[in-house]
Amino acid sequence: MNTVPNAQSRRVILDAEVPARTPWSAIIRRGHTLRIVDTCGQQAVDTLFYNAHAPQERYSGQDTLRAQGSAYVGIGTRLVSNAGRTMLYVSADSCGLHDTSAGACSCESNTVRFGHHTRYEHACRENFIIEAAKHGLTKRDIVPNLNFFMNVPIDPSGDFTVVDGVSKPGDYVELTAEMDVLCLISNCPQINNPCNGFFPTPVQVTIFAPE
Amino acid sequence: MSELNVSSSPHPPSAAQQAEIAAHRKRYDELKAAGQGAAPRALPQPTPRGSAAIAPAAVIHREHVPGGWYWTTRLDRGDALRIINTDGASCVSIQAWNRADTSERLNHADTVKVQWAASLRKGRVILSDMGRVFFGIIEDTSGAHDTLVGGSTAADFGGSFHRNTRDNFILAAGKLGLDVRDVHPCVSFFAPVSVGADGRFKWDAARRQAGDFVDLRAEMELLVALSNCPHPLDPSPAGESDAVEIIRYRTEPGSGDICRAASAEAARAFENNAFFLAQAATER
Repeated sequence: MNTVPNAQSRRVILDAEVPARTPWSAIIRRGHTLRIVDTCGQQAVDTLFYNAHAPQERYSGQDTLRAQGSAYVGIGTRLVSNAGRTMLYVSADSCGLHDTSAGACSCESNTVRFGHHTRYEHACRENFIIEAAKHGLTKRDIVPNLNFFMNVPIDPSGDFTVVDGVSKPGDYVELTAEMDVLCLISNCPQINNPCNGFFPTPVQVTIFAPE
Repeated sequence: MSELNVSSSPHPPSAAQQAEIAAHRKRYDELKAAGQGAAPRALPQPTPRGSAAIAPAAVIHREHVPGGWYWTTRLDRGDALRIINTDGASCVSIQAWNRADTSERLNHADTVKVQWAASLRKGRVILSDMGRVFFGIIEDTSGAHDTLVGGSTAADFGGSFHRNTRDNFILAAGKLGLDVRDVHPCVSFFAPVSVGADGRFKWDAARRQAGDFVDLRAEMELLVALSNCPHPLDPSPAGESDAVEIIRYRTEPGSGDICRAASAEAARAFENNAFFLAQAATER
C-alpha cells in the first residue's frame, strides 16, 4: 500500500467505500480535497463535476485538455469547466495516468463496441443517470467524463486504445476544489475491456478539509 | 499486468472468475486486432480534391457562413452537408441532436473509442450517445480533423469580446429551442491536431489546404449547429473575413454503405439505427 501524505494534518469530512459497479456522489466544498484510492488496482473511476450552485456549469474534458496542451490528466492538471474556469486541480497522484477522452461506457455503446449480447450488462451511464437524479439532474446533464486510473494511449497516427491500467493496489489521486462542486462517480462495471482488469473492484473515497 | 489483481488485490478473483477474465480478454484482443488492423486498412482513400461534384438538382441549400459566425440547419435522413474550406484557413466545429429526442446528441468520446481511432476520415462514422450513427463521412479530401480539443471559448480571449465557438453553440442551441445544457463537446473539421509521443498536442498546418471539403450524410433526422471560428490551437488563426461554404444536398440511396461496411462496430451501430427507424415508422 502506498502511504498518503499529510493524512494526519487534515480533517476527514467523509470516508466511504464505493462498492464495485456502483455510483456515489457528494458535494465538495471549495478548499476541500477529494481522495480516490484504487484499493485493488486497475479500476477505472468515471467521474463528473458540476458547479454545486449552478450545475449548467460542468466539467469539460475538451477545455481541460486544451488548457494544458496535452492529452492526459496527471499531477497539476486543472480540471476546467465549460465556462473556462478551474473547478478543481490534481493536487496529488501516485498513478500518473488518467484519461478524459474515452467517456463512459453505456449499454448502448457497449452493443456497438462489443456486440448486441452486452446490451443488458450494467454500465457507467446507468450509474450516472441514477446518481444525477438525486440532485435534480438528468441524462441531458451527463457529459463525457474523467476516467481516473484508466489508461488510454493515443498514438501519433490516431490509434485510440483502452489498455491495461497501470494503477497498483492502493494508488490514489487527490483533487482540490477551487469552487463548491457536486461530484458524481461511477465505479466502472465494465467487464469487456481492460479498464478494470476485466474484474470490477471497490474503491475508497475520502473528503478532507484543511485543519 | 493481467495477473496484478490476482497477486496483490484485497479482493482477488476466484478460479472461475479468472476463467471469465481470460475469456473476456481474449475477445477484447480479437476485437482490437480487427479494429486497428483489417478495418482501417480497408477504409476508402481520401476523396481527390476537385472531384465528387454535386448534381445541381440534388442541392437543397447553399450557405456562406462568415468567419466567427454560426449556422443551424435541420437534416432529414439521407441529406448531406458538404463543408468546404474555401480558402484553406478555416475550421468548422459541429454539434448535432436527434430531432425526435434532443437528449440524444453527438458523442465525440464514443465516436473515437468505438472506432479505435481519434482520427476521422472518409468511411468513418460520427456516433450519438445512444450507440447510433448520426453521420457517415461519405466524402473527405482532408482527413485532418480534431476530435479531442474542442472549440474556442470566451476565456481564450481574456474577457474581451471576441466571437468564439462556445458562445456560437450557446446561440445556435437557443435558436433551435435548446439551451446551454444541451451544448456538448464538439468535433472540428479542418483542424490538423495530433498527439505526439510526449502526449502534447501538435498542429500540422500543411495538412490543411484551400478547397478541402468533407461530406456528412445524416443517418437520422437531426438538428445541426456549425461554428466557423479558428481552432484554439491554430498558431495563425484566420481573420473574421474567412467564410466557409456549406451545401445541403440530397444523397443517392446507398451512399452511406461505405461507412456501414467499414468495420464490425459501424455495422452494429447501423443495426441500432435500423431498429430505431423501424420503431419510429411504427409510431407514425
